[in-house]
Amino acid sequence: MSATGIGAAVRRKEDIRFVTGNGRYTDDVVRPGETRAVFVRSPHARAKIKKIDVSAAKSMPGVIDVLTGAQLASDQIGNLICGWMIHSKDGSPMKMAPHPALAAETVNHVGDAVAVVIAETQAEGRDAAEKVVVDYEVLPAVTDPAKAKSGPQIHEVASKNTIYEWSLGDEKAVESAFAQAKHVTTLNIVNNRLVPNAIEPRVALAEYDAGTDHLTLWNTSQNPHVARLVIAAFVGIAPEHKLRVIAPDVGGGFGSKIFIYPEEVVCLWASRKVRRPVKWTADRSESFLTDAHGRDHVTKAELALDENGKILGLRARTIANLGAYMSTFSSSVPTYLYATLLSGQYDIPQIYCEVDAVYTNTAPVDAYRGAGRPEAAFVVERLVEVAAREMGIDPADLRRRNFIKNFPHQTPVIMAYDTGDFGASLKKAMEIADVKGFSKRKREAARHGKLRGLGYSAYIEACGIAPSQAVGSLGAGVGLWESAEVRVNPTGSVEVLTGCHAHGQGHETTFAQLVSERLGIPFENVSIVHGDTDIVQFGMGTYGSRSGAVGMSAIVKALDKIEEKAKKVAAYMLEAAEGDIEFKDGQFTVAGTDKSAAFGDVALNAYIAHKFSGQELEPGLKETSFYDPTNFTFPAGCHICEIEIDAETGKSEIVNWTAVDDFGTIINPMIVEGQVHGGIAQGVGQALLEGAVYDSGGQLVTGSFMDYAMPHAHDLPSFKVDTTETKAPSNPLGIKGCGEAGAIASPAAVINAITDALGTEDVAMPATPNTVWSALQHAKPSQAA
Amino acid sequence: MPKVSMTVNGKPVSGDVEARTLLVQFLRENLRLTGTHVGCDTSQCGACVVHVDGIAAKSCTTLALQCEGANITTIEGLAKEDGTLHPMQEAFRENHGLQCGYCTPGMIMAALDIVRRNGNDLDEHTIREQLDGNICRCTGYHNIVKAIAAGAKAMA
Repeated sequence: MSATGIGAAVRRKEDIRFVTGNGRYTDDVVRPGETRAVFVRSPHARAKIKKIDVSAAKSMPGVIDVLTGAQLASDQIGNLICGWMIHSKDGSPMKMAPHPALAAETVNHVGDAVAVVIAETQAEGRDAAEKVVVDYEVLPAVTDPAKAKSGPQIHEVASKNTIYEWSLGDEKAVESAFAQAKHVTTLNIVNNRLVPNAIEPRVALAEYDAGTDHLTLWNTSQNPHVARLVIAAFVGIAPEHKLRVIAPDVGGGFGSKIFIYPEEVVCLWASRKVRRPVKWTADRSESFLTDAHGRDHVTKAELALDENGKILGLRARTIANLGAYMSTFSSSVPTYLYATLLSGQYDIPQIYCEVDAVYTNTAPVDAYRGAGRPEAAFVVERLVEVAAREMGIDPADLRRRNFIKNFPHQTPVIMAYDTGDFGASLKKAMEIADVKGFSKRKREAARHGKLRGLGYSAYIEACGIAPSQAVGSLGAGVGLWESAEVRVNPTGSVEVLTGCHAHGQGHETTFAQLVSERLGIPFENVSIVHGDTDIVQFGMGTYGSRSGAVGMSAIVKALDKIEEKAKKVAAYMLEAAEGDIEFKDGQFTVAGTDKSAAFGDVALNAYIAHKFSGQELEPGLKETSFYDPTNFTFPAGCHICEIEIDAETGKSEIVNWTAVDDFGTIINPMIVEGQVHGGIAQGVGQALLEGAVYDSGGQLVTGSFMDYAMPHAHDLPSFKVDTTETKAPSNPLGIKGCGEAGAIASPAAVINAITDALGTEDVAMPATPNTVWSALQHAKPSQAA
Repeated sequence: MPKVSMTVNGKPVSGDVEARTLLVQFLRENLRLTGTHVGCDTSQCGACVVHVDGIAAKSCTTLALQCEGANITTIEGLAKEDGTLHPMQEAFRENHGLQCGYCTPGMIMAALDIVRRNGNDLDEHTIREQLDGNICRCTGYHNIVKAIAAGAKAMA
């Protein structure tokens, strides 16, 4: 392993600009003549728009125009869409309600935009927005997903506010498994609603060039090409070739910046109307109200086991809240990204899952770090832990009795796991966590009035999103392959244009490590280019832990083609047969001789082209690959949380966190650990601190960092992170991906630890001090062993 | 419109601002120093931290006019003219104390203030407590804590 090759903890190239304040985030971009957009948003969760009077606003200083939903509709701008078709059990398609970028007739959540002020400055825009008078007829709102079906109907297209009633698995077979069970564990689980809250708020900056009838959009997007496609083909603002989308440095995404939102559509439309660039920057309050939220499932889950603790079946019934409108990927999250992981790491013969997705008058809900897999891991790992307690079996032991040991393993829920060693990660995690010493530490803590608990989460997930044919057959509107173009320059440096996007993941470093090692050229000579649809050919972007498994595989395929062509050039240079050329460590050598040419010389010759005629071999050295994965990848592992609770205050302190993950091949262990740390922090946030709460009138009461408890440094410990490795057989590098695993594994580990400490299962997320203290009042804490 | 004058990163600057213009807006929009970021509207996230007369301040909760005659240091003022990074900047890079980079300028400016108030030998508990005014969504803080401890030592 070289100092800058695969497996090396190379320090990041992108850090130089970030630590010096020279990052170029979307709000940093300023266009000549730029105007500011300020949206007028509904204060009601559900209302009819009777009248909008913009006259006072229009005459305010600095105001260029004030535009409404009626104008958007009459300009025939299309609606936003959900791109994944899900069918109900009865075969009917999901009920996708119209979602205009500016509401014209009804508003359906607090924050739903009805008008936009275009002004010279932000302050003038804000002043004018306050002068827009909207006459609303307030309607009763639906806010509780568990009661949505009996509430007033929000959208004409969806009776009982039901988007779909979907299922997966064999219901009858599962019933019979349960009939034979010696023990059944039942849990009612709420997977609490979260706000992603990347620290950079969303921004859209649109500029229209009247001379070429061309629009440019700078946007905080995780996937600029997808944004371009949706805006061109569905919203219809401009044809694809007349729209450029640039996603520069983006300050965190976590899924929330995948989707195509109303604001960028409105900015594009407005910039063409006012003939000046239009910039919108969200403030944090707007982010809370309008960024797609995550999770929000209500589930009844059951596990059937025989007398030896062998799992016979799993059944789950889930209500998934998708909010007021179907966001871009929303339908797939509680279906094919959730139910298909309900086997967990276990050999479960029968699984049945029903999911009802409902509309409510809340912000749209869509993928958020883990997207369906945290929900699944929580269900499985809570069921297994509680079953172990109820049956008096050690929780590690119950897991071992049920681990899948033979691969490939076809689960009853579509996923076929290709490789893994679940026992190895459990074993390693238990050693690092010193599980053996736990009961002693628990007794010691009890002497100081503290309750200690230990919780496991043996998770598995499916990522490396995704094999196109597979997801297409499940309803996805697009393929999920990835593109790479490797451009070798005449002077031997290399640019790699990737369809992925980095918003914290360090691709400029990790992708360069791969290329540098493969071509035998210095790490400094490799540039990674992403984020501009004018420069990079179509790519699907970054989410679903796909950039390693899919993005880097595309680069490998392109590098294969580069090597093949370079060998041809070298053959001419070295006057040898192409078949005799070997390539190693940056040198092309004629086999069995000492005749060689360095990569840089071969690159130059490819462009000078003196040594070969352009008829036999084209000049240049640039290759492209579009790589479609053959399977999902299946990172898996074991997290162990040791928690200490102050019985007087209910405050939980995580005293030890152990993560042992199998990510297959690891390109940069420093970056991978960072991904795990960040994922754990978000999962701990879900378990202990966070929760987006709407009151019964549909007001978001957790609408700022004052009320929504983001994890701070003092809420978290340092983590012990290690790995095991079984390489993914489905891609050339053997990478599984690591971006979401921490967030998937951690909530179950935390709640398992708290419930262990308290001796009661009645602890909901977030397990705030109040929740824990209240549970303690009703329970007897488990005695020290 | 009132005029304000101050020194930013060692250079005298001035501009016309409204009374309600925040320091962060003055820095970003008037001076085009976009390294200082806005991440929230309740002065909790810390992405906007700069130094005003040597002390950390949240520029989103400071009016530009309040800084008349003040000495401001932003993230852009830390590295040397020749590009040599400040030891705290170097420590963040060496310890992977950043991912998306958005909270990073405020984090580094806050870290320098932690050193000013607590010295060069910082323990984990102190750093975590002192970071109450800075939120990071990417890193889980583990490597930020390491970076600040290392940067503090390197500054000694």
